Amino acid sequence: MPDSSGKVRVQLRVNGRALILEAHPMERLLDVLREQLRLTGTKEGCGEGECGACSVEMDGALVNSCLVPVLQAEGTEIRTIEGVAGDRLHPVQQAFLEHGGTQCGICTPGMILAALNLLARHPNPTETEIREGLAGNLCRCTGYTRIFESVLGACRALERDS
Amino acid sequence: MRAYLPAYHLEAVRDLNEVLGRLNREPGRWKLFAGGTDLMVLLEAGKLPHRNFLNVWKLPELRGIEVAPESVTIGAATTYTELRNNETLAREFPLLCRAASETGAIATQNRGTIGGNIANASPAADSPPALLVYDAEIELVSARGARWRPLQGFYSGYKQMDLRPDELIRRIRLPRGQENWRAHYRKVGTRRAQAISKVCFAGCARVENGRIADIRLAFGSVAPIVFRAIETERLLRGEKISPAIGPAAGEKLAQEISPIDDMRSTANYRRRVAQNLLTEFIEMLSSH
Amino acid sequence: METRFIGKSVQRKEGPEKVTGSAQYVDDLTFPDMLHGITVRSPLARGRIHAIHFRPDIPWNEFTIVRSMDIPGKNCVALINDDQPCLAGEVVNHAEEPVLLLAHPDKYLLEEARRAVQIDIDPLPAVFTIEESLARKEIIWGSDNVFKSFLMEKGNVDQVWASSDLIVEGQYQTGAQEQLYIEPQGMIARASEAEGVTVWGSLQCPYYVHKALVRLFGLPKERIRVVQTETGGGFGGKEEYPSMLAAHAALLAWKSGKPVKIVYDRAEDMVATTKRHPSQTLHRTAVTREGKILAMDIDFTIDGGAYETLSPVVLSRGTIHAAGPYNCLNVRVRSRAVATNAPPHGAFRGFGAPQSVFALERHLDRVAEAAGLTPDELRRRNFIREGGTLAFGQIVREKIDMDRLMRRAFDSSDYYAKRSRFQNENVGSMLKKGIGFAAFLHGAGFTGSGEEYLASEALLEATPEGRVRVLAGSTEMGQGTKTIFTQIAAEALGIGCDRIDVVQPDTADVPNSGPTVASRTVMIVGGLVESAARAMRETLLHTEVLKPGYDSSAFADACNRYIARFGPLRSFMKYEHPQGLHWDDDKYRGDAYSAYAWAIYVAEVSVDMRTAEIHVDDFVAVQEVGKVINPTLAAGQIEGGVAQGIGLALYENVVWQQGRMVNGQMTNYIMPTSVDVPPIRVLFEEIPYGHGPAGAKGIGELPLDGTAPAIANAIAHATGADVRRIPITPEVLLEMLEKVHA
Repeated sequence: MPDSSGKVRVQLRVNGRALILEAHPMERLLDVLREQLRLTGTKEGCGEGECGACSVEMDGALVNSCLVPVLQAEGTEIRTIEGVAGDRLHPVQQAFLEHGGTQCGICTPGMILAALNLLARHPNPTETEIREGLAGNLCRCTGYTRIFESVLGACRALERDS
Repeated sequence: MRAYLPAYHLEAVRDLNEVLGRLNREPGRWKLFAGGTDLMVLLEAGKLPHRNFLNVWKLPELRGIEVAPESVTIGAATTYTELRNNETLAREFPLLCRAASETGAIATQNRGTIGGNIANASPAADSPPALLVYDAEIELVSARGARWRPLQGFYSGYKQMDLRPDELIRRIRLPRGQENWRAHYRKVGTRRAQAISKVCFAGCARVENGRIADIRLAFGSVAPIVFRAIETERLLRGEKISPAIGPAAGEKLAQEISPIDDMRSTANYRRRVAQNLLTEFIEMLSSH
Repeated sequence: METRFIGKSVQRKEGPEKVTGSAQYVDDLTFPDMLHGITVRSPLARGRIHAIHFRPDIPWNEFTIVRSMDIPGKNCVALINDDQPCLAGEVVNHAEEPVLLLAHPDKYLLEEARRAVQIDIDPLPAVFTIEESLARKEIIWGSDNVFKSFLMEKGNVDQVWASSDLIVEGQYQTGAQEQLYIEPQGMIARASEAEGVTVWGSLQCPYYVHKALVRLFGLPKERIRVVQTETGGGFGGKEEYPSMLAAHAALLAWKSGKPVKIVYDRAEDMVATTKRHPSQTLHRTAVTREGKILAMDIDFTIDGGAYETLSPVVLSRGTIHAAGPYNCLNVRVRSRAVATNAPPHGAFRGFGAPQSVFALERHLDRVAEAAGLTPDELRRRNFIREGGTLAFGQIVREKIDMDRLMRRAFDSSDYYAKRSRFQNENVGSMLKKGIGFAAFLHGAGFTGSGEEYLASEALLEATPEGRVRVLAGSTEMGQGTKTIFTQIAAEALGIGCDRIDVVQPDTADVPNSGPTVASRTVMIVGGLVESAARAMRETLLHTEVLKPGYDSSAFADACNRYIARFGPLRSFMKYEHPQGLHWDDDKYRGDAYSAYAWAIYVAEVSVDMRTAEIHVDDFVAVQEVGKVINPTLAAGQIEGGVAQGIGLALYENVVWQQGRMVNGQMTNYIMPTSVDVPPIRVLFEEIPYGHGPAGAKGIGELPLDGTAPAIANAIAHATGADVRRIPITPEVLLEMLEKVHA
């Protein structure tokens, strides 16, 4: 129930940490992450669910956090870009560095989340599957070519590691 | 983010009964909020007219895909991703899965729901044309009871539908036994992915002994509503299948549709492409 | 010669921050006590402000409100001309023109407040197209609506027509294009009498913003400070506009006494900021039966929007590039930039050249057809070579071989085989394929004496620990500035890349290296970095604190010793124009650019005849660029530029209504997704340029020139449609197809 300020309590996990926060139920998950939790890695590019710069994983599903009212994140597990690297960079992050998958970097957090999500569903994706898996993440700098190469590079690295 | 957040209310609900109770007590006050992929866009533009919402996103009574001998029934809050991943739907209702896979992109598909799509009543919606040619029925429930009705005829005009203020869409039912129909779906958008449709076509037909035994044609983005081209179907039903019947069918179709000029496309383009997609379907049926 | 870093794909310097999400863009920053700011804009394209109403239910006393009369200095956004106001006073000249500013701590209430301000405007007749502007029914700027015009001549075209075998005419149009950097524009400002003005934000040219703020506030230079934050794409869209945004944030900060952040949402960014200049070009070409082009008469007009801003410079580049890499004895280009009541158009990668090159390369395919030649044969018979004279009188001093580039491009794309195979297979097919190309060049650096005028500077400074800091005003926005400067400095100094720090541009720290535009950053500023690094190394060797054959460690010791003994170790370089280059601004003739990149691009398309949808299936980009300093970054520039060119050619359509963009959302303004972009093969040739660092020339804008015409020519090949404008939307193409096949 909202209190007199219109805010509600929301319980969720973000990058493995259990949290309780207070927010307006329709506040965008994007804004809660960036402003309340100071997790500014997730970006706003369009505010309409088109560019994917705000992509996060919610219970393992890729979503545009600009379109998720925080009330609906109740009881969920959220992963943002800040939760990707461990002690070392994730192979996907490393691959983006090696293959030039990032230029200005603004689409990169969302793109990496999308790539991780894709690889979780298709560990050995075809080029078509890569293109489709990333179709909701717009990049204005790279022309996508090196992003595809980064994903393929990450696949090879993950195979080697396993 | 242009909306003045304090003016909006989104409330959690326990179960379907609570939702129906609240719709019953205060009809017109509450709208349902499922995946939010349409509503949040309006909110962010500062253009969401409604203020009070009930959160039905994970309501169990609105979820799930049930396969029975005669039909498949889909909960209204089923996401596009769930539709795509369902084996029975992929096998027997491929046009619906095609439509789901062409809606937005992965992130949208994980959140958008079939019920939300129907209730949003956009003439450019991707799934309703497929639902229409599968003769889908929808279940509307309220505190007063439940009723099933065909999706065909549900829309009476632009954003107007046979949904009373205290009702919500609970399930969508597709009659089985149609997998042997020849089926085709094509959405023409502004680009190959994540696009709003400029013209959308869904068609299925039964061809027996070189004749069209039955045919269903549905279009999106060429009229104020998604609709079945009944007159064109009537013209084609019983006809000998060959590309030669294309032109007459196209002319009849042009009479049934009323495409417009807007920022995405032109009436002329939509009309011509709708006719071409119909021709494409007829040629597909002819070639076998 | 073996190099340690030049020519290697050294990893992006600031890459780790970007892939972990820790890079700080302007909207990631918050200051204590910070207010949010918002801009209230004109609803009409032209008129007199009659009244401004504030809806009474908003607690206006909590707001900071700024109008034009609050501006301490001059109410203008200083650029070339001072005609653009920072805030409209009595009249508005375009829709979305800023009229007043609001600030408040609550960003949601701020948006509500914006809706609660009503600006009443008495409309004046407005001008919306190039035709209307030239017709001069309404004078909306200056005395004749013309910001600038040029006449560029070589030989005498008028003497050629009478004796020509064949004359081919054509008219070509390009539309506006939105830069669509994924990070919207934003600024944070602090400003007070006591502290002066500081702004942090997403920008390409810190010293442009600095100059504008000096004028706006009437403060001395030292009291204004501009800091670039990590910038999520610019492409020219953040060349001049940030000055406006910085001014707005600073004015609110000045009046409120608090830090103010203004970040545009996508809708506001799209409708209110600059776009590529729409253009119209008329070609008249005299050609012999053997395919020798005798004369090119070109008329080129660009739509500058409501204020002059950078239109004269865009016009200049478009004019100079209008006649291409051809050896034609008689050329005339008459060009002009005209005013309309649209938000001012501005810099966008290519900067006038994509417009005029589209017209030229599409036209030459038509000229070839009229002359009975293949498009490539026509080009071959007219390509310029070393020693030839370009249309503006510059003698080509580079050993450029366009035939060779063309052969390479055609081999890689299987051009000849596809050209004939598609023609055969297209018959009766509902999916028609085509292959087409464009040949072009792009001058790097500022035009004519522009680089001399800029007098760019760069500074290297060593620390006692042996780290070398590179201080330059050039900004990183994804193109690789920091990495390239690192490689150049490390190579020239003989130390590791890990010892180099490229300082984040802050006008308090870095010298003015000129703007990060015009494909100049590597060639010009990188050149300064290289020279400064060499000088520093020389100093250390000369004073014998460093011995030849040193490593990074010895270098560090040497820095330490030097600084202890002599004081700061700094190496400063100022730009020197290469000897022997002369440009006449009055006659518009001479050495326009110190170096050019040369290219052939090939596009393969398929057209669905039922829907007129066009898809680019394959793309080959071959270019000669002097020296590729970092192969991954260089290829990345070309690939990204080709993708933007595909958008320009096929998808990016600005829909205007009464001078306002109505499709200002990413749902309705379409840029290519990962599914829309083909495999892009990038091939480089290198003829080292003597005045470029390691021989490098500029490449940033090049891909925007040739991509769209290559695609247009491919569509013409596939369908016979005589494409004359971009974007070629399916709607436009379908109508053309109905005419062709009627």
